[in-house]
Amino acid sequence: MLHGISLHIQPGEKVALVGESGSGKSVTARLAMGLLQDQKRAHVSGSIWFDGIDAAKGGPEIARRRGNRVAMIFQDPTSALNPTFKIRGQFRDVLRSGDRSISKNEADRRAEAALAEVSIPDPKRALDSYAFQLSGGMNQRVMIAMALANRPQLLIADEPGTALDVTVQAQTLKLMHELTEKTGTSVLLISHNLGVVREFADRVYVIYRGRIVEHGTTAQLFHDPRHPYTRALLAAIPKISGGGLPDLPERSPEFESPLIVHEGCGEPTEAFA
Amino acid sequence: MSNILRSLLHRLGAALIVMIGISMLIFAIARVMPGDPARIALGPNATAEQVAALRVERHLDASLPVQYWEFVKSLAQGDLGKSLYTNRPVTTDIAQFLPATLELVFVSGILMVLIGLPIGILSAHFRGRFPDHVGRLISLLGVCTPAFVWGVILQLVFGYFWGWFPIEGRLLEGTPIPAGPTGFYLIDMAMAGNGAGFLDALHHLILPALALAMSGLGQTARLTRSNMNEVYERPYVEMARAYGFPARRIATRYAFRPALIPTLTILGLEFAAMLGNAFLVEKVFGWPGLSRYGVEVILRKDLDAIVGTVLIIAAAFLIVNIIVDILVNVINPRIRLAAGRA
Amino acid sequence: MSEPGSPVIASRTRSKAWTAYTADPLSVVGLVIVVAIVLLAIFAPFVTPYPDHVGPTGDFAAMTAPPSGDYWFGTDMIGRDLFTRIIYGYRLSLIMAVVVLAIATPIGVIVGLVAGYKGGWTDYILMRITDVFLAIPPLVLAMAIMGFLQPTLLNGMLAITAMWWPWYARLIYNVTRAEAQEGYVLAAETVGASTAHILFREILPNCWPSILTKMTLDVGFVILMASSLSFLGLGVQPPTPDLGSMVADGAKYMPDAWWLTVFPAVAILLVVLGFNLVGDGLREAFEAES
Repeated sequence: MLHGISLHIQPGEKVALVGESGSGKSVTARLAMGLLQDQKRAHVSGSIWFDGIDAAKGGPEIARRRGNRVAMIFQDPTSALNPTFKIRGQFRDVLRSGDRSISKNEADRRAEAALAEVSIPDPKRALDSYAFQLSGGMNQRVMIAMALANRPQLLIADEPGTALDVTVQAQTLKLMHELTEKTGTSVLLISHNLGVVREFADRVYVIYRGRIVEHGTTAQLFHDPRHPYTRALLAAIPKISGGGLPDLPERSPEFESPLIVHEGCGEPTEAFA
Repeated sequence: MSNILRSLLHRLGAALIVMIGISMLIFAIARVMPGDPARIALGPNATAEQVAALRVERHLDASLPVQYWEFVKSLAQGDLGKSLYTNRPVTTDIAQFLPATLELVFVSGILMVLIGLPIGILSAHFRGRFPDHVGRLISLLGVCTPAFVWGVILQLVFGYFWGWFPIEGRLLEGTPIPAGPTGFYLIDMAMAGNGAGFLDALHHLILPALALAMSGLGQTARLTRSNMNEVYERPYVEMARAYGFPARRIATRYAFRPALIPTLTILGLEFAAMLGNAFLVEKVFGWPGLSRYGVEVILRKDLDAIVGTVLIIAAAFLIVNIIVDILVNVINPRIRLAAGRA
Repeated sequence: MSEPGSPVIASRTRSKAWTAYTADPLSVVGLVIVVAIVLLAIFAPFVTPYPDHVGPTGDFAAMTAPPSGDYWFGTDMIGRDLFTRIIYGYRLSLIMAVVVLAIATPIGVIVGLVAGYKGGWTDYILMRITDVFLAIPPLVLAMAIMGFLQPTLLNGMLAITAMWWPWYARLIYNVTRAEAQEGYVLAAETVGASTAHILFREILPNCWPSILTKMTLDVGFVILMASSLSFLGLGVQPPTPDLGSMVADGAKYMPDAWWLTVFPAVAILLVVLGFNLVGDGLREAFEAES
């Protein structure tokens, strides 16, 4: 259940959504892709503005944009690739989302180029492999190549690489950073890792129990956390290694206090098109 | 291909062990049951001399291990003994009746897959909506209704009332029976270039094959549905949706193929159950297969014929399961490639 | 503010299971079918209009009569009321199913528990024996056993029992293999509990949901199997009313006396369907409770 989630992402901007597990981060990511709205249980209030449409409404408008205008990277790349199809077939279908009439040869050529771009040494061999034959890091690269192959406006990265080890995770973020800078793609990073967020994002939304509680630029938020929940989060950092986020043991009524928006981060005057 | 060959040999070895077990089981059933098998086989009117002669002929006075050894020795020579009912070698009888049964079972197996899988896919694709309810109803009725009940109902409605299909038999009276070589009329007619005969054979096959297929068809649809619903929750299906793959393509490829692997194993069992249920359907439609022979020899306590019939069906069952295992390996790249590395 | 284990909490779990059971209207339909059939079968002598038609004689004045107000499902070729005979057929089928399951289930459960817990050679030998039974199509195995016995009610039950236990052995074997690794079993081993205690006090209680669900489904499938055998003439002999042989006898008079075939056929379908739906509902209920 989400309440009045409202996200805005400007072109080329990197925005992070931070919260503990179960706070509704992943649900928000899926709502932004229009993936949950057709379920009867889903009750959505609020809006996710992107590409001139409200993705939170679901329906054909967002469905048409999936895979080409908006793409997604998953937590565990190996389980996000189908175990019964080679990478080649799946990559072709990804490219078909961007161009219905693309020929097989053209698709393969572009797939190889995309894999070369993410520094996969032998793209032809990777295409002829199944995901379970490749390492987690390789699959992560394949996933990024797929995500960016159709030059999307927005890339949603749901805890990218948290299922992998720390070095691969760092490589993933570096690669994502470089490529999205190059293509001018906006990124919505879903994470519970404040260290990653601080390094990667321009702007941050903090989510607590299905509600956005604080919203500001990365600098504002880390130097001047105003919401009690954000403060608690930041205070918890030194106690744990690796920059992960602990489950704060106690719910505090304070955490339910209303949304705090930092200066300059209000509703944008013009919707991002 | 060598990995597939190796796994084939492995499975054949395992099947051989089970087959030996089956021969022991059947032998045990035939010998341990109360009463003198020779007396039971010859009936109450036989003389004591006849009974004694049969006991000698069948080594019935020897110890059980010796009897089993004799039994296995003749089995190894392809000798299943002699039927007291037809007075012919059991192998000759089975060779005559088995093709009709196998043709029926194969066509049912094809119907089971061709109808059951799409129903399962549609049910999963339209989960909780009208096509799903219809699909679940069909599979429920399929699973819960004995093959002979389907037989009599289909026969009554489509045979007697509407007259769309023949009531019984494999061919119309007057259609010449094809000379061979397979004993499968569909294949024999096609090989002889007899189009009318082929259609006639097909026309006779449809109702019994459908009646026989219903239970497996229902089970197939049910399993496909539940396995696909499970696969739909997997990250790779979410990925396919997130990348805008068409819903139809997800249903028929990306969700279907992973769901097919667990379904296929059960399909083998269902197909094999048809070998048993064929007895029921054959009785309804007067199908000249193993059923009439099997029931007749059982009622007449024709020892060798019963043992032979059961062994042949068990062997067919095992062969089908080996084929299914191999198919699963071919479809599942994880197993195929792992076998290649080993 | 109730203590753990107090009646309030117990009734809450019960109602949770009941909610899960009734979530699917089909499960409720199944329950209605099953309760109706069981009640009719138990009180057959009081609820059937012609209880004396169970034997070999009927009303010769009303031979092969179509369904009517007097004979709801019509009469057979010697004037016996079909409705009465179907209810008595249910009675027989249910008795068979209960007896078969009462024998086959404990055998299968014990084999499965022992093989799954002991492992090694015990496991290998017991499960290979099970495999042999499972490698023969069920109906054919039952037929083979009937082949060497006289076709009577008792022998029919024996044949079906012999082919039924391996399914329970297989089911419980798989559950036991998983449970044997669980902490509570290892704890019991550490304190030196006897094998029997571990099998029946520690592991078995965790198998009950699977066993009960399967038994419910199987009441239907045993009836299906028994009627198949008697349809082939290898089960209960006339004049005892039996659903399978009624269908077989009626088929000789198709299509004119269609009711002789259709009503017993639908009667079989209905009872198998009923137990199947209840079994599915039970599975949901058990899952909701755990």
